[in-house]
Amino acid sequence: MSWVWLVPVLPLVGALVNGLFGRHISKRWVGWIGCSSIGLALIVSLGVLLDLLARPAGQQLFIQPLFDWMLGAQVAFQVDPLSALMIIVVSGVALLIHIYSIGYMSADSDYSRFFSWLNLFTFSMLLLVLADNFLLLFVGWELVGFCSYLLIGFWFRRPAAARAAKKAFIVNRIGDWGFLIGIFLIYVTFNSFDYQTVFSQAPGALVPGGALVTAITLLLFAGAVGKSAQIPLYVWLPDAMEGPTPVSALIHAATMVTAGVYMVVRAHALYALAPVSLELVAIIGAVTALIAATIALVHNDLKRVLAYSTISQLGYMFLAAGVGAYSAAIFHLMGNAFMKALLFLAAGSVMHALSGETDMRLMGGLYPKLKTTARTFLIGALAMSGIPPLIGFFSKDLILSETFARGHPVLYFIGLLTAILTAFYLLRAAFLTFFGRSRVRKELEPQVHESPPVMLWPLRGLAALSVLGGAVWISGTNFTPLEGFLRPVFADLPLKPEAVPAALGEGSLLIISVLAALVGIAIAWYLYLTRPSAADALARTFRPVYTLLRHKYWLDELYGALFVRPGIRLARFLATVFELRLLDGLVNGVGGLIDRSGGLLRRIETGYVRQYAALFLLGALGVLAYLFLMR
Amino acid sequence: MIPSIDYLLLSAALFSIGAAGALLRRNALIVFISIELMLNAVNLSFVAFARQLGDMTGQVYVFFVLVVAAAEVVVGLAIIVSIYRTRASVDVDDADNLRG
Repeated sequence: MSWVWLVPVLPLVGALVNGLFGRHISKRWVGWIGCSSIGLALIVSLGVLLDLLARPAGQQLFIQPLFDWMLGAQVAFQVDPLSALMIIVVSGVALLIHIYSIGYMSADSDYSRFFSWLNLFTFSMLLLVLADNFLLLFVGWELVGFCSYLLIGFWFRRPAAARAAKKAFIVNRIGDWGFLIGIFLIYVTFNSFDYQTVFSQAPGALVPGGALVTAITLLLFAGAVGKSAQIPLYVWLPDAMEGPTPVSALIHAATMVTAGVYMVVRAHALYALAPVSLELVAIIGAVTALIAATIALVHNDLKRVLAYSTISQLGYMFLAAGVGAYSAAIFHLMGNAFMKALLFLAAGSVMHALSGETDMRLMGGLYPKLKTTARTFLIGALAMSGIPPLIGFFSKDLILSETFARGHPVLYFIGLLTAILTAFYLLRAAFLTFFGRSRVRKELEPQVHESPPVMLWPLRGLAALSVLGGAVWISGTNFTPLEGFLRPVFADLPLKPEAVPAALGEGSLLIISVLAALVGIAIAWYLYLTRPSAADALARTFRPVYTLLRHKYWLDELYGALFVRPGIRLARFLATVFELRLLDGLVNGVGGLIDRSGGLLRRIETGYVRQYAALFLLGALGVLAYLFLMR
Repeated sequence: MIPSIDYLLLSAALFSIGAAGALLRRNALIVFISIELMLNAVNLSFVAFARQLGDMTGQVYVFFVLVVAAAEVVVGLAIIVSIYRTRASVDVDDADNLRG
């Protein structure tokens, strides 16, 4: 009926081929297999999209079952506008990152392992977004977490990478614990995992605002908080950049972190019944956006700034989902995928030029040597800051105006403040890296070179998407193309919120958000281009604040004291006392008992055949006597 | 006609001689012969009962016992020969390598 099953299967085949035979074929072929599997998946995804568009309104949802699984759940793929859009974004961005990796990883000896896991990662994410029930969603959800563990720890010989991989996995597990209980609750309530069943029965089976639906949605959101790096579980994402840069790009843009947003949007029918949960989603989103943006202000590691920027942008998406602007959340998810992949890959290109340097204090003045990289990075930074007509302008402005229009002025101002900060730290990163005086180490200076075309073309492609992607939101009518496309998914929701207060119409909100971006850029311009000494002076003046931000609010240290060290102590107690004394004592005791009783019984085995025969005879006589007496 | 009790008494006597030989002698060949004696004592009692009861089952069983005894001789003698080859002795008390 449909080719959609090929979309996840092709990357899986690529992963298997490269994983099993990659060592025996040349790097050239490994790269081809890795990229072509994703490329074919993208082509099939586009076919699915065309197929969906050709369908009449009201029938834009079909389910392709593959086989029955357990507890009434099937392995089946659900195609609707939301999942179709997601598979295109995921496979499209993943394809560009794969192509980029051909150049970026060309010197690595574990080339085939890298491509195999990259394919597996993409497969997991595609499985996640195509699942038609919560159980299959959970499989993809866990696979994504597992692949992130593999890829963050790709250079596992580095202790920092191995630690970051463990941290990502464990922090995710904390959220997944809640997610799993949420799924159990759904099954207990509806006796089904199917999206269709659950979402259609939800309004009847659950009391709106009741404890059950609130518990389910909050537990599901706990999983999203872990996977999408929101407060309080965001700590794994900044460390995740220990992996190779294409992996960071993949995690931050297409796969993994967007899963939480996707899940909340997918389960909007449940969230609509739980206003308390929605409120919490919005608040956590807004606060995360602000906190992460403030941390990004002061860090000097290029990739780390981008990592906090991702957390901040994910906060925006949850803010949008929390206020009910689901289309806006998905739009920003898509925009972030393009912009963040672009920024990370450009950062990787800079690292490529500087032999792996990520400290922005040791960059500067790179523009003449890295023209394409610098231009594309600037496009990404400006787009993310919300400069029209780039894609980030549309999506961010949309989230802010929707937040305001749906009656959350406080969250709106938090978002606006974050927008200023976003523009500031991204342009700060751009100025520190590419402009001003060169602070590159002397021995590196002569080697600085632009990356090969195989790395630059993905940058150009993503830059083009960041520039032109906003077009899906341009329209003269009431419905923008993307909104209209996604409309069938949200058919159960009211069409538009109550009207925007006249005093602050959409036009003025739009001007305000553009002004916010310009203010942020202007500050960055002044502090890092016009008067480079001013930034240090500012840091000295506000030393307590600066220290607080430098140390990321001491959150890692707090978790270390609250959870990690007690956890290690408990583990040590279990390992030394419980395990060695109690468990091993039990096992050794059983063994000793058998040994000793065997020693006793051994005495009757004398080795004299005649004695055995005598015992045999006695035994036979005993049996006979017994039979006679019992008659 | 000879009464059945005579057969049974002879059978018991043969069995006892066989059992005593198997338990008391140390030469593996003698032990082996004693076991054969016990088997044939049992065969005799089978035949005696078969005649008294007019039932052929007992006689049929004797054939089974004979066949099994023949097989046992083949295997047992082979083992004794190979023990003799390695140890130059067939004393059953010497063969205690597996003693615990």
